[in-house]
Amino acid sequence: MEENVLILGAASDMAVGIARKFAAEGYSITLAGRNMDRLKAIEADLKVRHNGNVSSVMFDALDFENHYNFYHSLPEKPDVVISVFGLLGDQEEAQSDWKSCQEILFSNYVGAVSILNVVANDFEKRKKGVIVGISSVAGERGRQSNYLYGSAKAGFTSYLSGLRNRMFRHGVHVLTVKPGFVKTKMIENMKTPGPLTATPKEVGERVFKAVKAKTDTIYVRPIWSPVMIMIRNIPEGVFKKMKL
Amino acid sequence: MKKSISNWNNYPVVEAKEISFDNPKELSLKLTHSSIPHGNGRCYGDASLFSEVVNTLRYDKVLAFDETHGIITCQSGVLLSELLQIIVPRGWFLPVTPGTKFITVGGAIASDVHGKNHHVDGSFSNHIVSMSVLTGTGETLICSKNQNSDLFWATCGGMGLTGIILDVKFRLKGIHSSHIRQKQIKAENLDHVMELFDQNTESTYSVAWIDCLKSGKNFGRSILMLGEHAGTDETPVENKLLAKEKSLMTVPFHFPSFVLNGFSVKLFNALYYAKNYKKEMNSVVHYDGYFYPLDSILEWNKIYGKKGFVQYQFVLPLETSKEGLKNILTRINKMGMGSFLAVLKLFGHQDDLISFPMKGYTLALDFPIREGLFGFLDELDQVVADFGGRIYLSKDARMKKEIFWKTYPHATEFQRIIKKYDPDNRFNSNLSQRLMLKV
Ligand SMILES: Cc1cc2nc3c(=O)[nH]c(=O)nc-3n(C[C@H](O)[C@H](O)[C@H](O)COP(=O)(O)OP(=O)(O)OC[C@H]3O[C@@H](n4cnc5c(N)ncnc54)[C@H](O)[C@@H]3O)c2cc1C
Ligand SMILES: NC(=O)c1ccc[n+]([C@@H]2O[C@H](COP(=O)([O-])OP(=O)(O)OC[C@H]3O[C@@H](n4cnc5c(N)ncnc54)[C@H](OP(=O)(O)O)[C@@H]3O)[C@@H](O)[C@H]2O)c1
Repeated sequence: MEENVLILGAASDMAVGIARKFAAEGYSITLAGRNMDRLKAIEADLKVRHNGNVSSVMFDALDFENHYNFYHSLPEKPDVVISVFGLLGDQEEAQSDWKSCQEILFSNYVGAVSILNVVANDFEKRKKGVIVGISSVAGERGRQSNYLYGSAKAGFTSYLSGLRNRMFRHGVHVLTVKPGFVKTKMIENMKTPGPLTATPKEVGERVFKAVKAKTDTIYVRPIWSPVMIMIRNIPEGVFKKMKL
Repeated sequence: MKKSISNWNNYPVVEAKEISFDNPKELSLKLTHSSIPHGNGRCYGDASLFSEVVNTLRYDKVLAFDETHGIITCQSGVLLSELLQIIVPRGWFLPVTPGTKFITVGGAIASDVHGKNHHVDGSFSNHIVSMSVLTGTGETLICSKNQNSDLFWATCGGMGLTGIILDVKFRLKGIHSSHIRQKQIKAENLDHVMELFDQNTESTYSVAWIDCLKSGKNFGRSILMLGEHAGTDETPVENKLLAKEKSLMTVPFHFPSFVLNGFSVKLFNALYYAKNYKKEMNSVVHYDGYFYPLDSILEWNKIYGKKGFVQYQFVLPLETSKEGLKNILTRINKMGMGSFLAVLKLFGHQDDLISFPMKGYTLALDFPIREGLFGFLDELDQVVADFGGRIYLSKDARMKKEIFWKTYPHATEFQRIIKKYDPDNRFNSNLSQRLMLKV
């Protein structure tokens, strides 16, 4: 039987890019998200394009209590789990409003930890599987314009690295993806430099390749690697004075 | 946040706020100001430009494909290039395709695009089973030739002014091969090419490249290109239904406009002819090179420089075509404003409300924007109007409203229907303002 990929936060543009690539490569797909209308359209699209096996299930990253049941009642146990959901949020609003701050932290970090713990325990038992987390370059250094989102992603990146370390000897692979800019609805009202901005289709291709090659960490566009080296190496004394 | 956007010809450039959607339910909430749907920006002008635009590219899911009958249902933002990848390997083709595959289904309907097979298959609207439109009244209505037919006809060729086309069901054309049997015939002059068109109306695809710089006995010399879908036995490759994705070349920057002076155009034409030294050439070619020769040079529009260019496409009724084309080509010839791409085609008959095609000849040419051009084109407009023809709205960035109202016979009826479905002008564009379509 074909291998199955579970995509968490499957209605996102990036998730569609990823799902199309895996479906094209013959995987069956389980789409998990919180809006059934959109999942159904994506499901139909994947079926038409790739004659694939696709199903859709409801999933809310913030519904922690239900994560265990959600996972264990899936129609099919996945071989690859890709955690895509996330929330950029509004930094300024979140600075003064705890509810929206909490939503950012929970949607990018706590929710992922909650569901991936369940997945990891199962994969550990089954001695196989791949876990992919979509984190962010924003987690590499906090900036005033989005450090609440960034710090949650930093937590997520750390979590994935620890998980990779734990799961290695069980034959489970963990891939951390720091996409850089991707042309999705999350950044539709931002101007981003063309060479640094990838398409969801590129994300799908890069993630697939990295899963196959068992790479540990990737940027979608390789150019992000020197860019982030530079950003990480700016002395804090200088960095704190910059308008970023 | 506003950003600068323009369409394929880089003119005009407007500051616009862009909204996108992938779920119609959330879309209605986002439509707080007047806006215009925006597909892949492949029109040449201001039809999909306004201070607020609704980008449809995320609304791109293919919802169903009846492979037995060749009927596909999709969301309006899907590109024809994506559909080809899906349908060609299963033995189907687009019923009508323009000269680029990088347009959306919504754009194909809103411009009611025509292809090289117009004289046989009509325009895109001819193949629509039904579609849904989010209108200016906030309702989502299903329409077809039989249901809400006024909305249907005002939406086909209606340049987005009835609302946002959402889901579309349309018929495909069966093929046995991804290749096209092509015949290229050299024509010495305009009379000759028109004769050839006339003799070849049986041919499924026909179009001519015409050299608009020649005068004297070679005035209007051209190459007529005919095509038929090939059979499996004539297809030279093993995989008979291959939707190949060519490696794409990009034109990396805006060429300075002096590159495109009369000299380079002459050179281009000469090269083109050298390739076709025989009177008639037959070959079997992949559909991609046949229908979309320019698509492999991504962003070729940049060779016209930063100022941009305009494409001028008009159609003349059959009765006046010959005289009209001579008149217009002579003027272009005199101005020395000749263009890289002059494409001539004979349309078939079409019954509709506001679409561009009518029985007769259509000519399309590119002009780099420079001083004096717009005045010159105003003159041409007048000639086109006097000969009973009209200008293609999807290629228009500058026509005066008087010309539009004089040349589109059902304009008043069109205006009445868009008012019915959009009483508060929720949808508006630079084009509709320029032509006073929304009152
Ligand atoms: C190289 C090239 C060759 C071409 N060849 C041909 C040809 O042979 N024949 C031909 O007919 N055309 C041709 N065209 C023109 C092109 O096919 C049309 O302009 C087409 O409408 C562009 O579609 P788009 O998706 O890019 O939409 P845009 O250019 O963004 O928009 C075009 C119009 O469609 C409307 N629109 C877009 N989406 C929707 C929607 N979902 N609902 C309602 N309205 C919508 C817009 O408001 C606008 O009025 C060519 C263009 C190029 C660049
Ligand atoms: N775009 C970029 O430039 C960029 C850069 C770096 C990292 N990322 C990360 O990439 C991932 C994908 O983002 P995207 O760019 O594709 O943007 P997106 O379309 O906004 O995707 C975010 C997705 O997360 C889902 N989501 C949010 N909260 C959820 C919850 N509680 N339960 C279930 N699903 C939830 C959203 O669901 P709904 O559809 O129901 O709202 C949405 O589909 C995110 O983790 C993002 O942080 C993006």
